[in-house]
Amino acid sequence: MASGPMEQFQIKREADLFELFGQTVSWTNSAFWMVLSVVLIIGFFALTLRGKLVPGRMQSMGELSYQFIADMVKDTVGPEALRFMPYVFTLFFFILFANLIGMNPYAFTTTSHLAVTAALAIFTILIVIVAGIWKNGLGWFKIFAPSGLPLPMYIIIIPIEIISFLSRPITLAVRLFANMVAGHVLLKLFAIFAAFLIAKGGVTSVGVILPVLGTIGIVALEFLVAALQAFVFAILTCVYLNDVYHVGHH
Amino acid sequence: MEEAARYIGAGLAGTALIGAGIGIGSIFSKYLEGALRNPSAAAGQQTNLLLGFALCEATGLFGFVLAMIILFV
Repeated sequence: MASGPMEQFQIKREADLFELFGQTVSWTNSAFWMVLSVVLIIGFFALTLRGKLVPGRMQSMGELSYQFIADMVKDTVGPEALRFMPYVFTLFFFILFANLIGMNPYAFTTTSHLAVTAALAIFTILIVIVAGIWKNGLGWFKIFAPSGLPLPMYIIIIPIEIISFLSRPITLAVRLFANMVAGHVLLKLFAIFAAFLIAKGGVTSVGVILPVLGTIGIVALEFLVAALQAFVFAILTCVYLNDVYHVGHH
Repeated sequence: MEEAARYIGAGLAGTALIGAGIGIGSIFSKYLEGALRNPSAAAGQQTNLLLGFALCEATGLFGFVLAMIILFV
């Protein structure tokens, strides 16, 4: 019997580090792969650091990625939001590298855990709230009351706006988590099916070509999804940062 | 009995992907329609196309994850 499709998401405790508020902080496989993706990101950008007038291959990769995020922030929010660009940049590359590392066999996908994605999403929404109040004062709460409506409409609109604002971190976290989990489960299910067909032997094992072809297709789709979800997370962060700068026209 | 109900529930949760499939098809068909009418504007909308695809796919995957949770957790 092959192992079930959910076992790849198991967190294994490798060493206990210290106690904090009655909880044991442990070094897990999730922590290892998270640190590995950060190390890889730092290594990637360290290679692009040697600045020359005529950029080489690595330098232009670094410059392209900078340009990509800077354009994204400028197009969706505006040039005044460029001070949030380092945050969006970090977010995008952390999620991208975590997703891509997770696509390797035997690797652990850190973004397939709701705890990780929820932490990122909560941090995003806290930045929007804190920066919004910092910049606009209490006038920031006007984003819950769009202007130019007849007065009775506000009784309905304000609760709807508040609920839609509060559901943003939830959907942001669950979207990334669900995409990663669904892709990896699907991949594993097809692989298990292929293993079953081989184990059956005889004529049926010729049919193994079908699930193998399916697996190859899903791997290609998953690489697309890995990059796309990092992009979606970053661009939705930009869209939410819109509320910091454009309170009036909502 | 409970086991059977669990499988039925997981199957029902998986039907969320019907909507996602219709939605993704609609996104790409409308994009192609628009792109063939005005090919010069098509390249600028590819970001929105992929964004719409990802947002739409995610709603279906919520159902899929629910099915997985019902089955395996």
